[in-house]
Amino acid sequence: MTTPLGKDLVGLEHLSRAQIQLLLDTAEPFKEISERAIKKVPTLRGKTIVNLFFEASTRTRVSFEFAEKRLSADTVNVAASGSSVSKGETLVDTARNLEAMRIDMVVIRHGSSGAARFLGERIESNVINAGDGTHEHPTQGLLDMLTLRDNLRRLDGIRVCICGDVLHSRVARSNIWGLRTMGAEVAVCGPRSLLPSAIGEMGVTVFDRIEQAIEWADALNILRLQLERMSAGYIPSLREYNRVFGVTLERLDRAPRELLILHPGPMNRGVEIDSNVADGPHSVILDQVTNGVAVRMAVLYLLAGGRADLAEAAQRAGDDR
Amino acid sequence: MSAPRPVLLAGGRIVDPSQQLDAIGDVLVEDGKVTRAGGKIAGPEGARRVDCSGKVVSPGFVDVHCHLREPGREDVETIASGARAAAAGGFTAVCAMPNTDPVTDNQAAVGFIIRQAQLAGAARVYPIGAISVGQRGEAMAEMGEMIGAGAVAVSDDGKPVVSAHLMRTTLEYARNFGIPVADHCEEPTLAAGGAMNEGIVSARLGLKGIPGEAEEIMVIRDILLARLTGGHVHLCHMSTRGSVELIRWGKDRGINVTAEVCPHHLHLTEEAVGQYNTNAKMNPPLRTAADVEALQQAVKDGTIDVIATDHAPHHYDEKEREFADAPNGIVGLETALAVVNTALVASRIISVHDLVNRMSVLPARIFHLPGGTLRAGAPADVTVFDPAEAWTVDATRFRTKGRNSPWSGRELTGRVHLTLVRGAVAHELAG
Amino acid sequence: MPNQPTVVLDAKAMERTLRRMADEILELADGSDDLAIVGIQRRGVQLADRLVALLKARDGVTVPRGALDITLYRDDLQTVGPRPVVGKTELDFDIEGRHIVIVDDVLYTGRTVRAALDELADFGRPSRIALAVLIDRGGRELPIHPDIVGKKVDVSASDRVDVHVNEIDQRDAVTVVRKEGA
Repeated sequence: MTTPLGKDLVGLEHLSRAQIQLLLDTAEPFKEISERAIKKVPTLRGKTIVNLFFEASTRTRVSFEFAEKRLSADTVNVAASGSSVSKGETLVDTARNLEAMRIDMVVIRHGSSGAARFLGERIESNVINAGDGTHEHPTQGLLDMLTLRDNLRRLDGIRVCICGDVLHSRVARSNIWGLRTMGAEVAVCGPRSLLPSAIGEMGVTVFDRIEQAIEWADALNILRLQLERMSAGYIPSLREYNRVFGVTLERLDRAPRELLILHPGPMNRGVEIDSNVADGPHSVILDQVTNGVAVRMAVLYLLAGGRADLAEAAQRAGDDR
Repeated sequence: MSAPRPVLLAGGRIVDPSQQLDAIGDVLVEDGKVTRAGGKIAGPEGARRVDCSGKVVSPGFVDVHCHLREPGREDVETIASGARAAAAGGFTAVCAMPNTDPVTDNQAAVGFIIRQAQLAGAARVYPIGAISVGQRGEAMAEMGEMIGAGAVAVSDDGKPVVSAHLMRTTLEYARNFGIPVADHCEEPTLAAGGAMNEGIVSARLGLKGIPGEAEEIMVIRDILLARLTGGHVHLCHMSTRGSVELIRWGKDRGINVTAEVCPHHLHLTEEAVGQYNTNAKMNPPLRTAADVEALQQAVKDGTIDVIATDHAPHHYDEKEREFADAPNGIVGLETALAVVNTALVASRIISVHDLVNRMSVLPARIFHLPGGTLRAGAPADVTVFDPAEAWTVDATRFRTKGRNSPWSGRELTGRVHLTLVRGAVAHELAG
Repeated sequence: MPNQPTVVLDAKAMERTLRRMADEILELADGSDDLAIVGIQRRGVQLADRLVALLKARDGVTVPRGALDITLYRDDLQTVGPRPVVGKTELDFDIEGRHIVIVDDVLYTGRTVRAALDELADFGRPSRIALAVLIDRGGRELPIHPDIVGKKVDVSASDRVDVHVNEIDQRDAVTVVRKEGA
């Protein structure tokens, strides 16, 4: 363990409560840096970070890039198209080549579950998972939790319902593990054809109707519905999805308490979420985006720390007191 | 081939279920045949005497399901390297599945495998012909010609026979030749894109799962088609509790169905996938503890007839990648005895006698192969193993070219010491 | 076992020292116009609060108080690893053109002050920056000198100087723990 988080951040499933707490607490002061006129601190000066994106993702990549640049790291973006990856190079070769260029960290987005761990096990640099297949998207889970904590002032005991295509969602998994570790109650609601068949063993409540979820929850985290689920035979139509599972103002009006609305984006307005909900007073969707940068700065900062043995030696020497 | 020197296997525990033999005694091998088994034998002049005390002497193991990759992927395995790996695992005969490149779907291809096996001179290799031309699941391949050239069964293994019609006509046609039709049971639309068992582990890892029902739907279809046709259906690599129940249902009704299970499905669960270990990826996938227990019981009570390896070597590069993209399969010839012995015999679920029955006697009988017995006059295909010896698996020392074993580094109990094929030493453990 | 700490400033002496420092700050800044006091996390912030309160009691002026957490500006992240939790930087006023007095509890190598100067520069361009410390223990590794010093103490590199403040430590005192056997 080189840092309080270990070498890599591949998911929230195996993080302890203390580790998640540390990540969220560390993100707090980073929020303020983004409010400054000069939005930059020298913390990661001289560190090289590669953003290795095998899947297109504007918002996650931009968020990581802002986080890296605000910490003064040097960043390189590698997208799968136009790189040797598209020429058939394997992930392990790509990784070894990057490592041979003496980089410090890799942020990886990949279509295969387990790709981030695969990379982390094979290279010395720190690896941060920016979404691997349908496995995890830990920084999204963290920013969702930070947003929930900002608005509800705690995570312990809050009720969060994750709505939609849980089966194919890495965001759902990171939220389920992270929130449960932090003591929240977690439910899911969506078409049964889009829930894992083992959902009953994941420690969550299942609601068949969105109305039940709205009655129960303090917050809804509404997942994006990938439009190809329809042609793949999981659901009949987008129209029906909106009718049965869509989060509408009408449905929210019947909620017994104020509900927070989260969405990892990008949204399909009029499908899983109506525009007047997304833009309405319950929505904290833009807070999520702001918090995303702070959370990613915290992850980078905590993973960038030096060697534990040197740290102890320095502390023994009395620091600067 | 000149006749090898006579061998006297002395003082071992002779276990031969084909003649209900389980006693300490000697076995004499001359001119490639067993001449006597049991009792005290005075070795003839010039015979090599092998001290087998503390070990089991049994008819050689027979694997009705392995992939030797030749022709097409000689970088991964050849018939020669596969035959040597088989002998090292105590197998005196193996059946090679036809999913080679090109597919073994004609008599010339069958003849090629038989010639390569003769050149290799280790374990015997029997070809299995394809059910359909190119394993495309459409036109039936020339079964009669292939059997004439030496094929012992037909199968499209690697792929299921999707068309119920083709499965029906194949079972009917195979009756003319008295051979089993081996099917890889997998309903393709349910299994599509799956990388492991569907359950809590696949949900956690975010991997697409393959439900047990994908196998079971085809198991019951094949059993019903065997009932319809009177043909002999042999169900490959059974992996679920549900399949066991369906086979039991079929056998209770006298339907001509036999079934095999692989050592890994008797020993490992989906938990072995751990954090995306591609050496625990195979098709059908590792299932749950309840499935493993049901399969173990099915081996004990005979619902499952035989144990087969599904030995499937891959190049290390191919396994060194993202889990979903890694190929299915593990090597199994050199660990089969140890895994079955560890999972079933050491844990007292079955006896050594049962193990020999399901790894030697019954596979030979079901596929109508020579071997599987130590009766006087039978070919001298003999295995000597120590069921109590613990050893640590080291994949780098395998005879197979494949290194893709989930047991590498693990300690198992039960080790093959000597393998005789046609009376000649095909494998002997050093020291 | 480390040696018992010796008290170099007790609560009364600390109060007197701070009062004198407040006077010197006013003198140095030539009045309180444009003056702002910025404490370095953690105990520098409490000392800055005391100085602001003393200035108000003395001259009735309200001097803005800021706080700097220099963790992210340290030059030794590689070797010491991240501090578990980063503190808050609060500068609720525009530092442009102001006369800033940085306040810290102990001045030692000077690296903390260097980081604080870097951080301040990212917020704007003050007309002047001064440094006030309660304790100067020597041992500088950078060309940094305090403008106002509460007390100089002569200690060796292995000795530890601890400033205790009521708000955090439930008492006011400055102590020195000498190295064993010294």
